[in-house]
Amino acid sequence: MKLDIQNICFSYGDKSILENLNFSVESGEFVSILGPSGCGKSTLLKILTGILTPTCGMVSVDCKPALGCSKHFSYMPQNDLLFPWKTILDNVCLYGKIHGTYEETKKEALKNFSAFGLSGYESCYPSSLSGGMRQRAAFLRTALCHADILLLDEPFGALDVITRGEMQDWLLRMRKKLNRTVLLVTHDMDEAIYLSDRILILNTAPNGITGEIKIESSKRDRNWLYEQSDLRQQIYSLIMNPEEMNYDK
Amino acid sequence: MHKKTIPIFVIGVLVLFFEALVRIFKIPMYILPAPSRVVHTLIKELPVLSTHIGITVLEAILGILISLIFALVLGIVMDLFPAVRHGIYPLLVITQTVPMIVLAPIFIIYMGFGIAPKILTVVLMCFFPIAISFSDGLSQVEQDYVHLVRSYGAGWLMSYRLVKIPAALPSLLSGLKVAATYSISGAVVGEWIGAQKGLGYYLLRVKNGYMLDKVFACVLVIIFLSLCMNGMIHLFQRLAMPYVRKSTTN
Repeated sequence: MKLDIQNICFSYGDKSILENLNFSVESGEFVSILGPSGCGKSTLLKILTGILTPTCGMVSVDCKPALGCSKHFSYMPQNDLLFPWKTILDNVCLYGKIHGTYEETKKEALKNFSAFGLSGYESCYPSSLSGGMRQRAAFLRTALCHADILLLDEPFGALDVITRGEMQDWLLRMRKKLNRTVLLVTHDMDEAIYLSDRILILNTAPNGITGEIKIESSKRDRNWLYEQSDLRQQIYSLIMNPEEMNYDK
Repeated sequence: MHKKTIPIFVIGVLVLFFEALVRIFKIPMYILPAPSRVVHTLIKELPVLSTHIGITVLEAILGILISLIFALVLGIVMDLFPAVRHGIYPLLVITQTVPMIVLAPIFIIYMGFGIAPKILTVVLMCFFPIAISFSDGLSQVEQDYVHLVRSYGAGWLMSYRLVKIPAALPSLLSGLKVAATYSISGAVVGEWIGAQKGLGYYLLRVKNGYMLDKVFACVLVIIFLSLCMNGMIHLFQRLAMPYVRKSTTN
């Protein structure tokens, strides 16, 4: 499913956060939005899920309006937001519970528990899981929504460096299995390079998207990632000098 | 010494102190009965007390249930409409400043000598702690949880069922524990003002007869019943919130 974002604007009071934001994500593509803190990355995802309402602009999926449509977007926030009062199985089946398809979602969840490294923890409460496991549970909850587009808001930002690396490796392996369009928001340059097909650089308003980098590599591993110093330099200059390049205006 | 045995030890010491005080100074029964005498009277009076206990417990349970229903509804309404919260919150506080001993006779004028005015007394004493704790619990729920379920397509009713009410449950139960302890006293106050049955009526009768051993025996029963009501809420909490126990043990 192709995602199109057209002229999205948003402001908190007088402060403009997003101004005429335009970009699109192809079906099955993994796109990262990279930018400094406060540039509106998370705001954009909240607009797509319907949590926030844009002041102007349009969002469409396969050319049909799709703003805030839970059928199209599945959102994973930075914090795992697992309900402490629900077991892991009940937590990951949240979408099924809301839409009256709990039993079907439960069957599917149980099939996926080992792939997500959660086998044996079905009836445990979130407090007994490690940070990485909690994030994987939150990711399974997002995946079980059956939405066309996954919106990941710094999903590993709250984890320590080692666990974050492990989770990135795991997500890279899961990409094919998931076979979804993914929009990842992050401020971690390496994470964006390692996981994405394309990186969009978002800067604070009024700059908007100031650059686009396509990453084409059949072999991705940590060694490959360490060798991408040119790419890092390129991204860094796009973030630091937003006025020099302008992508969407 | 284990921390749970410390209060039992303190109570034991106090009981022995009063026992010794009464025996050494030969204090007459109508001034201060010895604890051993109170226990003896309690055992002897238990058949008479049991009929009064039934009435008082019924009034307390009905009162607390009505309070709970009203508190749940009002808590949700106050959470949904902040204007209602701003309007009603001070009113709730004011209701707590009026002495119950003033209101109880007025209820009897309005509602007669049946159990209705006693239940209303219990409701007025229990409603406030339940409503306030539940309302505060709802207002403290992390909005990100609500946003998450809303982004998954949940409506406001589903948001309350899945997120807000379970998240506010610990606060609600804290209020219920306080209310449960008040409920027996509330019923006793109502009966004290005017009744034909119940522990309050029994207390008034034996107090007028200067039978202080029976007064203290009845007080022991009231303490026991109040603790039982509190214990029931604790038990419910253990059943309704197993995740708290598991996270504590982990």
